[in-house]
Amino acid sequence: MVTVVLFYLFAVILVGSALRVITAKNPVHSVLFLVLAFVTASCLWLMLNVEFLALSLILIYVGAVMVLFLFVVMMLDIDLEEIRSGFWKNLPLAILLGVVILAEMVTILVRRPIVVTGTADVQVLNPDNLSNSYQVGWLMYTQYSYPVELASMILLLGLVVAVALTLRKTNKNAKYQNIAAQVATSSTGRVTMLKMSTEIDQIATNEVAKEVIAEITSADGGSKK
Amino acid sequence: MDTLQHLLGNYLGYGVWHMLCAVAVVVPLTIFVAYLTFAERKILAYMHARLGANRVGPKGLLQPFADLFKFVFKELLTPYKISKGVFYSSPLIILACALLVWAVIPFNAELVFAHVNASLLYVVAISSLGIYGIILAGWSGNSKYSFLGGVRATAQMISYELAMGFALVGVLMVSGSLNLKEIVDNQAVGMLGGSVLSWNWLPLFPFFLVYLISGVAETNRAPFDVCEGESEIVAGFFVEYSGTSFALFMLAEYVNMVTISAMASLMFLGGWLSPFPASWSIVGVAGFHWLLLKVCILLFGFIWYRATFPRYRYDQIMRLGWKVFLPITLVWIFVLGLWMVSPLTIWK
Repeated sequence: MVTVVLFYLFAVILVGSALRVITAKNPVHSVLFLVLAFVTASCLWLMLNVEFLALSLILIYVGAVMVLFLFVVMMLDIDLEEIRSGFWKNLPLAILLGVVILAEMVTILVRRPIVVTGTADVQVLNPDNLSNSYQVGWLMYTQYSYPVELASMILLLGLVVAVALTLRKTNKNAKYQNIAAQVATSSTGRVTMLKMSTEIDQIATNEVAKEVIAEITSADGGSKK
Repeated sequence: MDTLQHLLGNYLGYGVWHMLCAVAVVVPLTIFVAYLTFAERKILAYMHARLGANRVGPKGLLQPFADLFKFVFKELLTPYKISKGVFYSSPLIILACALLVWAVIPFNAELVFAHVNASLLYVVAISSLGIYGIILAGWSGNSKYSFLGGVRATAQMISYELAMGFALVGVLMVSGSLNLKEIVDNQAVGMLGGSVLSWNWLPLFPFFLVYLISGVAETNRAPFDVCEGESEIVAGFFVEYSGTSFALFMLAEYVNMVTISAMASLMFLGGWLSPFPASWSIVGVAGFHWLLLKVCILLFGFIWYRATFPRYRYDQIMRLGWKVFLPITLVWIFVLGLWMVSPLTIWK
């Protein structure tokens, strides 16, 4: 009973926030609604007892990916009027595309309908009473180890390419830091202690010092102490 | 709980009981945080060779409450042309994320608010949500200073979250569980079982150091507090907040410090386990007091770093996170893996 109420509550929030993602006027608000949609989806997953996937969704998509999204969107200076100007012109094409996508989805759903058997409290079967993360890990590193490794190699490739695209040491004006040299400095290399002539005289006799000071003050016009 | 369910009905009793449990966790935590701010002022004053707060109450002990009342009775200023909903909800987001973590942190072998199997993953996930409060506080204030502070804080927290996550992977590898209670229990067994040496801090020393330093960076404390950088950008992301909402930011920052210390104690310092052999009569007994002691020692470290180190330059912070900590943890995960399958393993 509680599960059903919670499910419909989360479902309504999920669909509503997904709608607001495309209808919100401020792009930052759109991103925030997308975050809400992710969090609600993860709550729905938690209700299926798939805690590992639900928490990973929050950790990866909400905690990292969407923060970077928000980061970029916040710093953009978007002129909303300019974006909205082509709305009526592009509407027929958008409707056509939307209808095609909807038709495809409906065809698949009609041909192979997903039938939920049993009660509303559908739960992922857990025969050995093992934790969800244990099961996911077991499958990933035994049955699906090859696809996992392939995906990780593709990600590594993307990482290397991103570095290779941005790191160009061709610019002569670019300045680079040598951190080891910065750390290895000592005070002797930075500060040189000098003995000024006035100081030496001061040590010699007090009268000579007074004469020197008088000379300096007359030469500088009294500006120096 | 059964009495409450008998009195109020099934669902209401359940709800009221868990409400009471939540209050029983949050209220002592808040009082602890209040005195943490007082302790920070006194310790910093001692390190600066001055007296510190000593006027309100005996020896200044009521100072935290005086601060609280000052905040509460201050006017809430609203900056010009702000996004109101976001502006007022971001302190709440930060504080909620800081407090939500405490739902799964065990206080001793039995006492925990919620028995969650993947509690470590939960802690990491919820604390990563706290970034939203900071980034939104910085954005919604409609001020360049607060925006810069928000951007700095976000970039820093994302960078150090990675190193922190990898440090946790090391702990997961040796304990084989995402459950904080099992992580602590597993530190009591092994070849060096039952002594200080079997706790994770020694076998996983590089991870412990990385976790501790990343924790300081994650809470935006000195020497990693460039996002507040009062000499450059006034006060960072909360520059537009006044009164109670400012107090919420402060509360969240100190709760996060306590959380990081508690997590470090649980994962590396044996949590509620006693450093002495179990055969010793009084000091050998494991319990909440040991966890509290470890947390207090780590918190003293937080304050000590603040009085000791000058602030990092921003590029140095980024370099430390990405070019030093991340490679160290990645290499040590491989080393640890080899160690665990080699005959020299101490975890069998």
